[in-house]
Amino acid sequence: MNAIAHSPHAHAPVSIGKVMATVLLALTPATLFSFWLYGWPAVNLWAVSLIAAILGETFVVRMQGRKVRPVLMDGSGILTAWLLALSLPPYAPWWIAVLGSLFAIIIGKQVFGGLGQNVFNPAMAARVMLLISFPLEMTTWVAPSQAPGLLESLRITFFSQPIDGMASASLLGHVKTEFTRGIGLDQALTGYYAPLDMLWGSRAGSLGETAAVLLLIGGLFLIARRIITWHAPVAMLLGVAAPALLFNAIDANHYAGPMVHLLSGGLMLGAFFIITDPVTSPNTALGQFIFGLGCGLLTWIIRTWGGYPEGVAFAVLLMNAATPIIDQYVKPRIYGRDRKGAALAVKKES
Amino acid sequence: MKLFDLKGGVHPEGNKDLSAERHIRTLPLPKKLYVPLQQHIGAPATPVVKVGDKVLKGQLLASAQGAVSSSIHAPTSGTITALGDHVAPHPSGLPVPTITLESDGEDKWMQIETVDMPFLLRPEEVAARVAAAGIVGLGGATFPSALKLNLSRNSGVQTLIMNGGECEPYLTCDDRIMRERAVEIVEGIRLIAHAVDAKEILVGIEDNKPEAIAAMQAAAGNSEVKVVAMPSMYPMGSEKQIIQVLTGMEIPAGGRPADIGVLVHNVATAFAVQQAVRYGKPLISRIVTLSGGAIKTACNVEALVGTPVQELIDFADGYAQPAARLVLGGPMMGQQFTNTNVPVVKGTSGVLALLASEIGHAEASPCIRCSTCVRACPVGLLPLEMAAHIRTADLAGAVALGLKDCIACGSCSYVCPAHIPLVHFFNYAKGDLAAQERSKLKQEATKKLADARNERLARIERERAEAAAKRKAAREAKERAAKEAAAKAATETV
Repeated sequence: MNAIAHSPHAHAPVSIGKVMATVLLALTPATLFSFWLYGWPAVNLWAVSLIAAILGETFVVRMQGRKVRPVLMDGSGILTAWLLALSLPPYAPWWIAVLGSLFAIIIGKQVFGGLGQNVFNPAMAARVMLLISFPLEMTTWVAPSQAPGLLESLRITFFSQPIDGMASASLLGHVKTEFTRGIGLDQALTGYYAPLDMLWGSRAGSLGETAAVLLLIGGLFLIARRIITWHAPVAMLLGVAAPALLFNAIDANHYAGPMVHLLSGGLMLGAFFIITDPVTSPNTALGQFIFGLGCGLLTWIIRTWGGYPEGVAFAVLLMNAATPIIDQYVKPRIYGRDRKGAALAVKKES
Repeated sequence: MKLFDLKGGVHPEGNKDLSAERHIRTLPLPKKLYVPLQQHIGAPATPVVKVGDKVLKGQLLASAQGAVSSSIHAPTSGTITALGDHVAPHPSGLPVPTITLESDGEDKWMQIETVDMPFLLRPEEVAARVAAAGIVGLGGATFPSALKLNLSRNSGVQTLIMNGGECEPYLTCDDRIMRERAVEIVEGIRLIAHAVDAKEILVGIEDNKPEAIAAMQAAAGNSEVKVVAMPSMYPMGSEKQIIQVLTGMEIPAGGRPADIGVLVHNVATAFAVQQAVRYGKPLISRIVTLSGGAIKTACNVEALVGTPVQELIDFADGYAQPAARLVLGGPMMGQQFTNTNVPVVKGTSGVLALLASEIGHAEASPCIRCSTCVRACPVGLLPLEMAAHIRTADLAGAVALGLKDCIACGSCSYVCPAHIPLVHFFNYAKGDLAAQERSKLKQEATKKLADARNERLARIERERAEAAAKRKAAREAKERAAKEAAAKAATETV
């Protein structure tokens, strides 16, 4: 018998690897759909992201003199790369994926001390870095259902072949551009906004962010499996929908309604898969609700008044920075104590 | 009856079916019994027998010592063969002062004083008989029961809660005793209520024990004893949680149940109280669950205090497979032991031989702040934050987060996907804090002694100086007198 062990002498059948695998499973339907929607370039980009993350993580963990296998096997690096891939334009060149993955894993995670230590969501930090550094590549969208063949896809991903006549704009980008031209929302949306298509994901956008329904199903699956709770996702959707509803009621020609916002951009992916990242979000239910609400409001503000058409990644990073302060102020009440931590009064009944 | 909500808690695999249907059987009389002097919280008992003494079953072996302590009695008749050290039922396996009793095989009782009308005894007399019987809390805390009765009577307890939760997986000893000895238990409960003058009596039993609930309800009949089915959840059987679920009240931090007019006792303790008060029988045996995947025939036995655990394992037909870990008590809060010569003591609720697959051990990986532990904590703590502070030796930070409110139930460790031994961190920190407090007290005492010494030395010095000054003054006075006398003599002679 080995060293004496401390209680408990039983353990729930859980592990970090299982948690990550469940999240990957939840992401699979939306990912497969995006492969079908955008064809081989999407597969290439996804594969390159994952390979770059695995190689990059192996390299830095070995440099640190730590064992590589347990770090890779926890699946967190793969999940980060996967989420990053889903947030990239499907026809983006390979080096965007490589650069993003390496930035996410090395700068976003390992530099902070590895799993559990990073302040910012690595995938979102990488996406923001790419968006600021390479705005052209990061905003070149294609309309779906023009799936090229395998050979052509390799040329798109690896040789940056120009995509003739395929360029399209995401809804939010289109609206922002039209606004700058002084065109109102009712006109801008004409021919661009088909709620049903947006629900199913048949629209221009990042690789895996378009299939709102599939992402929602994946999120509900994670809630059912108790990997995440409803607090942050619901709060984020609320944080976007509530101001959208209000301002749309005031001026429908300048402010898009809640459905346009809810089904656009990376909101669903963000609400269920990004802001539920435990490492970078608060650790109480109320804290997570506040965090989600903040993410939602900031997303709406950036979309509405900011310089960029989409604000999920920026909103997430800003709220990541606020997480320690939320945790500082939102703590559960301890048994036998009041909210301030003072012992409850002694009751004398007789 | 309306039940109140609890926060947190976990639902570990019960594994109670391994032993729940096994009747309590009496273990064959062991040849040698090892009875430790400390089987309770408080000061160890002081032996009142010598080596070579012949004792009868139930005779006092060691008497309670100090304010918090409990007496120890002979589990059977025989000869005292040693007053020395024996391996402790503790993970350290260190030797502790133990009385060794060699059985004479006759199991002959001493003369015991039965009481036909126990409810005519005054409350203090009930408590006195409980104290004389060496009864301690059998739920695991082993706090001397009579002391609790007296404290509760003095502070005016309204509600008596009887704990039949038995939320620890595997354990079925309370389940069995409630099924098989419900009438005695209910009388014991009423005697406890009589001793503290309680107005309300609630027996809380987890709803995974329907037979025990039915048996207790039948035994309680129309009496003031109310049997309540509680949802099955760990740690429902913890004092703080059972009070909360049944009354909605919380024990103030750092306080006792009596602070809110509640007294909690375990159902098995009620049986021991009934035996002591009605029949004058001291606490010399208890029901022990033998279970775990490595045990061949899981069962419940009534074992004499002092019986080596090996004899229990033999009684259960030994091991079916090599045990990965042996545990005294339940898997959530029990303690590992390695030497099967450890004796059964008053607090031994179970002996488990577990397989590696039941333990589910894995190397700890980094915390991903998933806060599953926060959701599992029944006290409302932030285990992940506390552990982070303790890891950097910031005990004050951990205390500020509520370390002292932790009940060490192990729910956080149980659910942690990173397999971080959270409760181990907390118990380590609590031990370190206690050591710091002891060393602080010691330092203060040393400082006091040093100050006293300095003061004494200064006083001696002062007194010496004063004495010297006095002597000098006296000498000068003498010299002056001598001079004056000489001068006077000189003038006289002139």
